[in-house]
Formats: sequence, C-alpha cells, structure tokens
Amino acid sequence: MAEVVFDQASRIYTPGATPAVDGLDLTVTDGELVVLVGPSGSGKSTALRMLAGLEPIDAGSVRIDGRDVVDVPSKDRDIAMVFQNYALYPSKTVAENMAFPLKMRGMDKEERGRRVRQAAELLGLTEYLDRKPKALSGGQRQRVAMGRAIVREPRVFLMDEPLSNLDAKMRVQTRSQIAELQNRLAVTTVYVTHDQVEAMTMGDRVAVLADGKLQQYATPSELYDRPINAFVAGFIGSPAMNLLELPRSSGGVTLGGVEIPLPRDVADAAGSRDRLTVGIRPEDWTLESTEADAGSVIKAVVDVVEELGSESYLYAHLADDTSTSIVVRGPGRVQVRFGDPIAVRPNSDALHVFDVETGARLP
Amino acid sequence: MAVTTSTPADARDTAGAGAEPTPRRRRGRGANVWLGVVAWIIGIAFFFPVLWMVLTSFKTEADAYTPTPKIIFEPTLEQYEGVFSSGIGPYLANSVGATVLSTLLVLLLAVPAAFALSLRPVKKTQDVLFFFISTKMLPVVAAIVPIYVVVNEIGALDNIWTLVVLYTGMNLPIAVWMMRSFFLEVPGELLEQASIDGAPLWRTLREIVLPIVSPGIFATALICVIFAWNEFFFAVNLTAANAGTVPVFLVGFITSEGLYWAQLSAAATLAALPVVIAGWVAQNKLVQGLSFGAVK
Repeated sequence: MAEVVFDQASRIYTPGATPAVDGLDLTVTDGELVVLVGPSGSGKSTALRMLAGLEPIDAGSVRIDGRDVVDVPSKDRDIAMVFQNYALYPSKTVAENMAFPLKMRGMDKEERGRRVRQAAELLGLTEYLDRKPKALSGGQRQRVAMGRAIVREPRVFLMDEPLSNLDAKMRVQTRSQIAELQNRLAVTTVYVTHDQVEAMTMGDRVAVLADGKLQQYATPSELYDRPINAFVAGFIGSPAMNLLELPRSSGGVTLGGVEIPLPRDVADAAGSRDRLTVGIRPEDWTLESTEADAGSVIKAVVDVVEELGSESYLYAHLADDTSTSIVVRGPGRVQVRFGDPIAVRPNSDALHVFDVETGARLP
Repeated sequence: MAVTTSTPADARDTAGAGAEPTPRRRRGRGANVWLGVVAWIIGIAFFFPVLWMVLTSFKTEADAYTPTPKIIFEPTLEQYEGVFSSGIGPYLANSVGATVLSTLLVLLLAVPAAFALSLRPVKKTQDVLFFFISTKMLPVVAAIVPIYVVVNEIGALDNIWTLVVLYTGMNLPIAVWMMRSFFLEVPGELLEQASIDGAPLWRTLREIVLPIVSPGIFATALICVIFAWNEFFFAVNLTAANAGTVPVFLVGFITSEGLYWAQLSAAATLAALPVVIAGWVAQNKLVQGLSFGAVK
C-alpha cells in the first residue's frame, strides 16, 4: 500500500530534443488504480518504466510512499511489474516462475510454497503449477505473470499493456478479473494501455498523455463529459467524437447550412473567434425525418452502416459538403442503407467547443 | 541412341496458349520426383569421397591399388590393426585432450564475454567485435614464425598445453560472435523482469538465460571441437612425438616410398570418427542452434 507521486518527472533521451516524458505531475493515492493512456509515443510506458527503475529519471522526482526512488534500484523499490509479453521464464515451471522473486529474497521453501499456492488458488492456476509456460494458453500465461507479481505482496503493481496480446474475448474477461483482483487486494496500481476502453472501464482515475505531456487527469466520467482539450475529446469515446471546424454565425456556429446555437457562457468565452472546433458525440445527434424543414435539420448521405445489435453507427457525409464526415449513433434495427439520405440535429446542450489553434476547451 | 524428351518448355507453351494446366497434384508429384533425384545425385557427389575412403579402409593394399576401382571386394580389418599397432593411441589422446580442454576454456571465456557484449551495447561494442573477428583475418602462415620463436624461447615446444592455449585463442572470436547472436535472441523483458524480481546478474545468467541459449552453446562447442580437432598447421610445426595430434600422425603415413592407400584410409576414417559421432549425438541441438539466428 503506497502513494505514488510523479513530481515534474522528465525523461530526456537526447538533450535538446523533445523529452519522452515532459514534466509529469501525477499523484496516485493509496489503493487506487490509475490508468495511463495515450497513443504510441505518448510517454506512458516510459513513465511507468521510470517508476519501475528501468529508465533513469532525468529531471524532477518520483516518490513511493514519500521516499524519492531516483537512486533506488528496481529490486529495492518494493514493486512488481507485469509486462505485455508476460516475460515468463521459459525453462521454469509455473510454480518456479511464481516462486522466483521470493527465492531471490531468500525466503525459505515452505513460506514460498505457501504463498505460491495461495496466489495460484486466487487466480485459478492450481492445476497448472507443474507446467512450463510453453504449454499454457495466452490467458493462462497472463495469470501466471500476475501471480508472480502478487506473491511479492508489493507496495505498487505496475502493468504495461498486459491485455494487448490477448484475443478480444479473453481481453474482456481478463479485464474484469484484474479489476476485481485489484479491488480485493487494494494494492496501488499503475496501469498503462493504449486502449481507451480499458482505461475507462478499469481506472479509478485516468491520465491521458500525448507527446510526453499530461493532457488531463480525472475520473473516466469527467474525461468523457468534460474533456479539457480537443485531443482528449477525440481520444476518449468510441467511435470518436465528431470534431468539426465550423464558422461562427450571429447566434452560434453553422453546420450544413443550419445554425447551431451556442450556450451563453461558451459564446462569451469564444469571444471574437470566427472559427471554432465543435465536438459532438455520436449519441448526441437526434435522427429526424428526412421530410423535415431544411433550415432546422442537417442533411447527410450514409456511407457506412455498422450494426451492433444493441445500437448502430451511421457514417455519413454532409449533403452539401462531401468532404465533411460525421458519425451518428442510431437504434439497433435501423432501416437505412448505403446512399440513403438522413437528417440529423445536434443536441445543443451536449456540445464541446474548443479553440481551433490551441485545442483548449472553451470556456 | 535417339531419345525423345518432353521439355518443360512444351508444357509451358500449351499452358500459355490458354489451355487448362495439368492438374496441380500431378505436376507437383513429377517435379518432386525430379527434385528428389537431383538432390540424391548432389548428396552422393558430396559424400562419395568420404564413402570411398571408408570402403578403401576395409580393403587389402592390393585391392586398393587396382587400376579400375574395385567396388566389390573381400573386406578385411588388417588396415585398422596396422593403424593401431603403429601407435595412433597417444596421438588420439593428445587430440582429445587438446580439443576438449581448449573447447571448455573457450566456453568459459566466450559465454560471459558474449553476454556482456549483448546485454549493454556501448559505442565501442562494434569496435570490440571487429577486433575479435580481425584476428581471424591474419593467415596463420604469417604468424607461425613469431609464434614458433616465442614457444621455443619459453621451452614449450612439443607440449600439449601450447596447443590448448593456441586453440583457445583460435576459436575464441568465433565463439564470441556465435554466442552473442544467441544472447541477442533472449527477450530484453526477461532480463528486466529478473532485475525487478531481485536477481543479481550472475544468477540471471545462470538460471534464466543459459537454459534458453543452451542449443547455441552446443552448436558453438561443436564448431570449436571441429576446428580444434582438425587443426593441422600449429600441430605439425609446434609438436612432435610427445604432443602430436591425429592430423600430424596421418601425415606420417605419407612416406617417400609412396602412399599406402588402404592404411591411410583406415587412419583417416579413425581420425574423422570422433567428430562425426559427436555431431551425430548433438545433431538435434545443432540444427536448433545453427538455425536459431536464421529465423530472425
């Protein structure tokens, strides 16, 4: 159990170049599961490795339970890490793999056996204890890697994209297993992924990174409802939020020949800007009748229909501007097909408005 | 004798004319048989000299000298008796000693060196590797005179330990290069995990890395054994009756009176046998080891 603090931590590979991790400020409270999420190259894995001691900390500090770990080697930081490829020792059995860190600490055989059996039971690995990794499936290997981390009873769990190598179904199953395990053990966990669905479903709080910088650090619902900039808005949520650069009009913005009013505070914050980036989530469009009055609905033509059973997603381009595409969520049994016209109206309470250049949220 | 052959070109022409190609299975089988025959021919062509040598070793001297080569003959073991009675024993022992000792020494030195070079490459790593391999670029003929002088000065002529040292130096660069390529195959994450688990470096090497690269060690050891066993130039120049190795012994058969084919064949077969047996025993690991790097 421990608190993890990144205090202006930076990792600079070559002096003068863009830092891989740029002045990261992040606090993980005791027992929390925090997810670091971002696209490739965002610095999330590097930040995790800095915490693990596999990357040096070039500036700032990283503290575990108040203690600065910059000069502390990995094995003395009381952490356990699960890698994307599980990093199981191929010549050792499952039981030996799980006992290895305890053996390195000089624990006696009996105590090792006890802890391994306990962890194996927790993870459903008891019947596999004598197998070698090559005789296990991906999901089983993943659980062995977790078991090896659990037996240590560390202060912090570190996980680097542990689900990326699993097939889709296994991923969903294992995701909830990890979340449940973390709840039960209440160990501070830092979890890295590029998958925003994993981030949203597992994290108590989520940190979105891009280009080495922290974009936003908040609960999943806050990230979803109030993204702090256009990057977070477009990254969180699947399918991605529609981000459209629209010209200002007297009452708001114009899209497809229709004026969309902006709320008072947003219009004030927008000031004299003549163009704004407006974000509309797929579920924040209303599908109207195509017969409706041209001035009140936006007309579009369907390009792709994705039927998911419980809902559908319509990918369409604007009738009078074929270069602008939108994604609209529709009902589960939608009757439209490729080439059909649709009419939509955005929900003006659910608009996210950002500055065109900086991407910052307005207000 | 007129022979009509249907060339592949004919088949291609008919196919090119838009005709339906012959059923795939049939054509595949024909091609396979053809390839099989060619492979056998090549294989026999390569193996034939060795096969002939082994056959000759079971002939009498007279049978070995017939103007037309004799394939059917009455086999005899008199050549092998002759070889053993002419004192190959000590030479065999020296060869085994020099080979085994030098190979063990090479492994002891090359494995940690290769591990270090693979684990943490620095700017100088390429230079170091080049230096190693550059020592093999010098023809041994060019170095033999200074080596002889030095060995003579320290009174180590005709001494098996001289050969052990020289063979170790001879095989070390190859061993380092080979082992390094195997070490590079070990995923970096495994080493990181071991370090997080608290394993010191030597323990990581012994318990985790070595089991993974063991086919590589087999392959490297066998290569070193082959080179040391067959090494002739150092042996013939620096040893005589005391520390002579099997290649030196074989040369003794080439006397001014002429070559005793059959007996020479018997001696040569005996000389080749240990390495062939070693290769046979290790062949699974050898294939695994030698092809390991190729899959990358």
